[in-house]
Amino acid sequence: MFWINGLLNSLAFGAILFLLAVGFSLIFGLMRVANLAHGAIFMLGGYIATSMIGFGFLAAVLAAALACAAFGGLVERSLIRRLAGRELAQVLGTLGLAFIIADQCLLVWSGDPIAQPAPALLRGTVEVAGVVFPAYRLALIAIAAIALAAIWLLVERTTLGARIRAAVDDREMARAMGIPVSRLFTTVFCLGAGLAGMGGALAAPVMSVYPGLDAEMLPLALLVVILGGIGSLSGAFVGSLLIGLIYTFGQMLLPDLAYVILFLPMVVVLAARPQGLFGRHMA
Amino acid sequence: MISRRQLVAGAGAVLALPSARAIAQAGPIRIGMLTVKSGALAAGGRQMEDGFRLFLSERANRIAGREVAFMVADTGGQPALAKTRAQELVQRAGVHVVVGPVAAFEALAINDYLQEAGVPFLCASAAAEDLTQRRINPWFVRTSSTSAQPCHPLGEYVARDLGYKRVVTIADDFAFGQEQTAGFQRAFVASGGTVVRKLWSPLNVADYGSYIAQIGEPDAVFAAFAGANGLRFLRQYAEYGLKQKIPIIGAMTTVDEGVLHSMGDEALGIVSAGWYSAALPGDANRRFVTELRKETGVDPGFYSAGAYSAGLALENALQNIDGKVEDKQAFMAALRKVEIADDPRGPWRLDSYGNPIQNIYIRKTERKGGRLVNTVVKTYENVSQFWTYNAEAFLSAPVYSRNDPTKL
Repeated sequence: MFWINGLLNSLAFGAILFLLAVGFSLIFGLMRVANLAHGAIFMLGGYIATSMIGFGFLAAVLAAALACAAFGGLVERSLIRRLAGRELAQVLGTLGLAFIIADQCLLVWSGDPIAQPAPALLRGTVEVAGVVFPAYRLALIAIAAIALAAIWLLVERTTLGARIRAAVDDREMARAMGIPVSRLFTTVFCLGAGLAGMGGALAAPVMSVYPGLDAEMLPLALLVVILGGIGSLSGAFVGSLLIGLIYTFGQMLLPDLAYVILFLPMVVVLAARPQGLFGRHMA
Repeated sequence: MISRRQLVAGAGAVLALPSARAIAQAGPIRIGMLTVKSGALAAGGRQMEDGFRLFLSERANRIAGREVAFMVADTGGQPALAKTRAQELVQRAGVHVVVGPVAAFEALAINDYLQEAGVPFLCASAAAEDLTQRRINPWFVRTSSTSAQPCHPLGEYVARDLGYKRVVTIADDFAFGQEQTAGFQRAFVASGGTVVRKLWSPLNVADYGSYIAQIGEPDAVFAAFAGANGLRFLRQYAEYGLKQKIPIIGAMTTVDEGVLHSMGDEALGIVSAGWYSAALPGDANRRFVTELRKETGVDPGFYSAGAYSAGLALENALQNIDGKVEDKQAFMAALRKVEIADDPRGPWRLDSYGNPIQNIYIRKTERKGGRLVNTVVKTYENVSQFWTYNAEAFLSAPVYSRNDPTKL
């Protein structure tokens, strides 16, 4: 009972983390930009979805994903591009952007927490192996699995994916081969921001949307990426799963040490395998 | 040619001159409010400011016959910044009194400074027990309550009136949640109840699922949350289908009106205790609620009510010393003796430690007229921060914490 419940919870939370972290990881892997506004985009997606819920849940999630993708593209073209190769400027720039987004959200949606209803179909509970579990959380696990499959297909089986992989491996060589790396950057940034926005919209019925959500989620995304390895899809997947498990069972078994336990594996991984579990050695 | 009317007006002006000059020399009463306009605490900060501004606008910006200069400073919800802002208010703006701040950790961060500077500190929300117990600052009084003040009667009510014997507690893992839980536990156990298990969730926990899974099957769950956490916990609790099975007992802020309007059916039927409810009968409260609803569109709660009371307390004290706020000693002495008869929450007065002795209301969330309200089902009158305990014995014990009174 205890273990099944914990396991399902870990998977559901891991699903949210995956949607958040996979975009961060792709962007970092391709562009070497640690997008610290990623948590804020996640929150923005949640807020947009709460405003669009009148058109139905699916439409709200779609709108959040598209709006965040468009916003991501805009940011890449106007801000990130100008900071290419300057790491400190990128960190400060994206962090500043995160503050701006958070402040604008406060202005538009006020400081009150907003509760997003789950779609009517998924509002109840389901009994799984003798455990009563919210149906919506099960759906989240399924959605993340579909997203994983879709992204895997995109990266491994399409021309765009081949170009992304080529550019992740060796940007200069890819450019020399005639791959439009610049356009690729914008595409991946759109994709990453759109996934984060979708993650925020899908997480809203579970977590609600409130000021400070961005700052709660960003460190978790960083943890996932550090643990799993940068720019690696399987790394983001395994990292999300691991953090979901550690987060959930850490709280259940050793509540006093919940945060230590969360960061402990990161310390170990950084010490023993700095490129992450699935990361490749970086030159 | 000077007309007759001009002459009269001129004479009137000359006659009025001396008193006008006396007031001009004194200048306005300068009130500085520390609030939060950004970050996670912004909602509470806004509600606090709303409450105080309503008070000022009802008085046409005058207290005890003197004009008020009202200044607001944003602490960002950060203790270090709160201290800087407090220093600016005192040293640069020369405020006569500081009202606020939102969070207890901010109040603790500025308390020593305001004590050294000898500036009256009228706290409208921060509920940390020791501010009016073991760490007394003679310049500090508050209009809210201690964390545990509403939880003592709640503990007794849950054991005696509701008849629940076995309770699991869950609370935000910071001083406010710990003190609320400890107060509840102490009175609940004294009335024959048993606290089976105490769960503590970090303030910024992303998901309550793993905590909800540990609740087991008690008679009821005591939940003490602040800000958005109450909303998130109650929703997830309902999501797990537990709402129909195990009733929730709430601390004041778990179902505070400030966040209640964002809630839905998950909040229905929750019994809680607080020193205020927007559903209280009485003219003072009805007027207060109507006026604030015009401004904000929602019912006022903890922060607005506490700040409005701070205005009433200021007025009461200043009227007793003819508005001479510059006489700090006399002003502070008057502030410590405040007694308010027609506060929206009901009558209250300050005890000798600077904390209100006030009614504690047992409330039940219901849907009325299409919105959720905290209907009052029982009133404990004139409850002090020490409940029924002897003050000296209370103070000689350590302050309420995670493991005190009892380790579980």
